[in-house]
Amino acid sequence: MHHPTSLLAIAIFSFFVGAVLFLSFYLGSKAKSAKGYYAAHGQVGWFVNGIAFAGDYLSAASFLGICGMIAFYGYDGFLYSIGYLAGWVVALFVIAEPIKRLGKFTFADALDAQFHSRGIKITAAISTLVVSIFYLIPQMVGAGALIQPLLGLRHEWGVIIVGVAVIIIVVTAGMVSTTWVQFIKGSLLVFFCTILVIMILSRGLHTSPPSKPQVVIKVDGKNQINGQPIDEKNNLTPVGHVLELPGGKTETGPLGPVEYLRTLQNSKIETYKKEVKGDVTTYTPVAQKGADLLTPGGYFKDIKAGTWKGKLNFLSLMLALFCGTAALPHILIRYYTVKDAASARKSTVVGIAAIGFFYVLTLFLGLGAMTSGNLDPTDSNMSAPLLAKSFNPILFAIISAIAFTTVLGTVSGLIMAASGAVAHDIMGSFMKMEMDDHAKVRAGKIASVVVGIIAIGLGMAFKAFNVTFLVGWAFNIAASANLPALVMLLFWRGTTRQGITASITVGLLSSLAWIMLSGDAYLNLYGKPAADAPMPFNQPGIVTIPLGFLVLIVVSVMTHSTGRRRGHDVVAVAAR
Amino acid sequence: MDTSSSPAPDLRAAHDAHISPNSRLGLALFAVYLALYLGFMGIAAFKYELFASTPFGGVNLAILYGMALIVAALVLALIYMMLCKPER
Repeated sequence: MHHPTSLLAIAIFSFFVGAVLFLSFYLGSKAKSAKGYYAAHGQVGWFVNGIAFAGDYLSAASFLGICGMIAFYGYDGFLYSIGYLAGWVVALFVIAEPIKRLGKFTFADALDAQFHSRGIKITAAISTLVVSIFYLIPQMVGAGALIQPLLGLRHEWGVIIVGVAVIIIVVTAGMVSTTWVQFIKGSLLVFFCTILVIMILSRGLHTSPPSKPQVVIKVDGKNQINGQPIDEKNNLTPVGHVLELPGGKTETGPLGPVEYLRTLQNSKIETYKKEVKGDVTTYTPVAQKGADLLTPGGYFKDIKAGTWKGKLNFLSLMLALFCGTAALPHILIRYYTVKDAASARKSTVVGIAAIGFFYVLTLFLGLGAMTSGNLDPTDSNMSAPLLAKSFNPILFAIISAIAFTTVLGTVSGLIMAASGAVAHDIMGSFMKMEMDDHAKVRAGKIASVVVGIIAIGLGMAFKAFNVTFLVGWAFNIAASANLPALVMLLFWRGTTRQGITASITVGLLSSLAWIMLSGDAYLNLYGKPAADAPMPFNQPGIVTIPLGFLVLIVVSVMTHSTGRRRGHDVVAVAAR
Repeated sequence: MDTSSSPAPDLRAAHDAHISPNSRLGLALFAVYLALYLGFMGIAAFKYELFASTPFGGVNLAILYGMALIVAALVLALIYMMLCKPER
C-alpha cells in the first residue's frame, strides 16, 4: 500500500530524533569511566530506572507488533501482552535483587560471581550476543516498517537511520544516554497511547458497508493493482470495519471501556484473509463475529483445531514469554544502574506498573485499529500509526515519531548489552586482555558500532516478518539458555561451573536448532513448505527450557567433586 | 584454574539459615501468580470454549482473565514491596 509523505510528520520526526541525539551528546561528558559507560555509575534513581525499564521493554514488538496482531487477528495479540507482563513477575520475585547483589556490568558477571570460570564467561557472553541479535532483528524491521509511510523512504532507509542514530546514542554516552532515552521514550509512549485510547472510546463505533476483494500482482518484482504500479492515485483501499452493531444501530457515540468491549463482542466485524498464489496476492474480506475475535484462536488456530501439536506450540510460547523476560540480557543489565537491591526492587515495581498499564491499552489500540477503516492489508506492523492517522495527521506524526523513538530506546539497550558482552566478558574476562578504564570504554564503543552494523543488515533481511512473532524467538532462546543457569545458581547449592556452562550451551543450541528447523523457518526463511520441517511444532521452549534445567542438574551431579563454588556463596547472597 | 574448594564456614551458616524472609515472600507470591498463569494457559489450551462465557459485565472470560493477570502482577508487586524487610 502506498502512504503519501507528510511534511508535518517529517518535521515532528526530525525534532524527536534531533532531541534524542542532542541529549546523548549532552550526557556524553558524564560517562567517561567504564562504570559510567556500562552502568551509568550505578546511580540512576529507582523511579527513572523503572520507567526506563518500560522504555527498554516496550519495544517495536510491543507497540507495533501487538497492536497489529490484535488488529488483524483479534485476541491472540493480547496473549503476547499477558505473557510479556507475566515475565516481570519472575524478574521481580526471583531474579532482581540477587542479580543486583552479584553482578557488576553484565549478566555473565552475576553467573560467574562465584566460580571465576572462563567457560561460564564465554558461554554467557555468546548467549547474550545471540539473544540480543535475535531481539534486535524485529526492532530494525519495525523501524523499516515505520519509515516508508512517515518519510516516504524505502524500508532499508528506516533500518539505516535507526542503526546510525543508535550507534551515535550508545557511542556518545553508553548507559547514561541509553537510560534517559529509554525514560523519555517510555513516558511519551504511555502518555500518548493513553490519549489515543481516550480518542478511540470517544469516537465509539460505526458501521460501514462490506468491502470487495483486492488483488495485488507482482510484475518484475514490483507490486501492481489494476494493471498499474501502486502509487498515491492507484492505491489499495484501507480496510477494517464494523459491519453490524448490536440492536441494528449504525453508530454508538462515545463508549466506556467495558461498554466498548461488550459492544464489539456483539458486533460483526470485517477482517481480511490473505491468499498468495504465485505472483497474485488476494486480500479477501471476511465477516467475523466479534465474540470469535475476542477469544483465542484467530492467530493460534491450532488451539481450536484441538491437535496436541497445536496445544503444545501454544503452551510453549506462553512458557517462553513467562520465563524469557527475566533472562533477557538487556533487561538484566538495567539492574546495575541503580545503587542497591532495594532500588532494584522498587524500580521493577514501577516498571511493572507502567508496562502493565501500557499492555491494557494495547487491547483497545488493536481493536481501535481493527475498526478504524484505515488498516493497510499488506502490513500489520503499521496498524497503530495508521489508527492515529484515522484521527488526524498531527497525531499520526507524533505516534510515528514516538514509535521510532521506541525503536531507538530498545535498540540502544540491546546494543549496550551486546557490546558489554564483547568488550567486558569476552575481551576482558575470557581473553584476559589488559585494559585500563579508558580502553574498556573504547572497546565497548567499537563493539557497539560492529553490532549496530550487523543489526542493520539483519533488519533488511527479515523485513517480511511480523515483529512480535520474531520477538517470540528471542524469548525462547533467552529462556532456554539463560534462565535455568540463573535460577539454579541462586537456589541450588549443588550447581557447578560445568553445569552452568553445559546448561547455557545446550539451551542455546537446542532452541536455536529447533527454531531454524521449525515450520515457520521453513516457510518464511527458506521458502519451503512448513510440512517438510522436522520439528513437530514451532516454539521450542516447552522442550528446551526443561532440557536446560535437566542438563544443569545432571552435569552438576557428575562434576560435583571438581566444579564446586568458591569465594562467596551465591545461594546465601540470593537468600538475603 | 578452576580448582575446587568448599564454601567458607560462615557462608555455610548463612546458607543453613537458607531462604530469608524477603526471598520466602518473593517465592510465595511467585507461586500464587504461577497458579493464576497456569490456570489461564490451561483454559486456553484445553477448555478454550470457557473463555467465551461472560461471567461479569457482559465481557467474556478471556478478556477478564487476561486483564486480571495484568492487574494481579501489579497488586502482588505492591504487596511484595510493602512487606519486604530492609537489607541487613
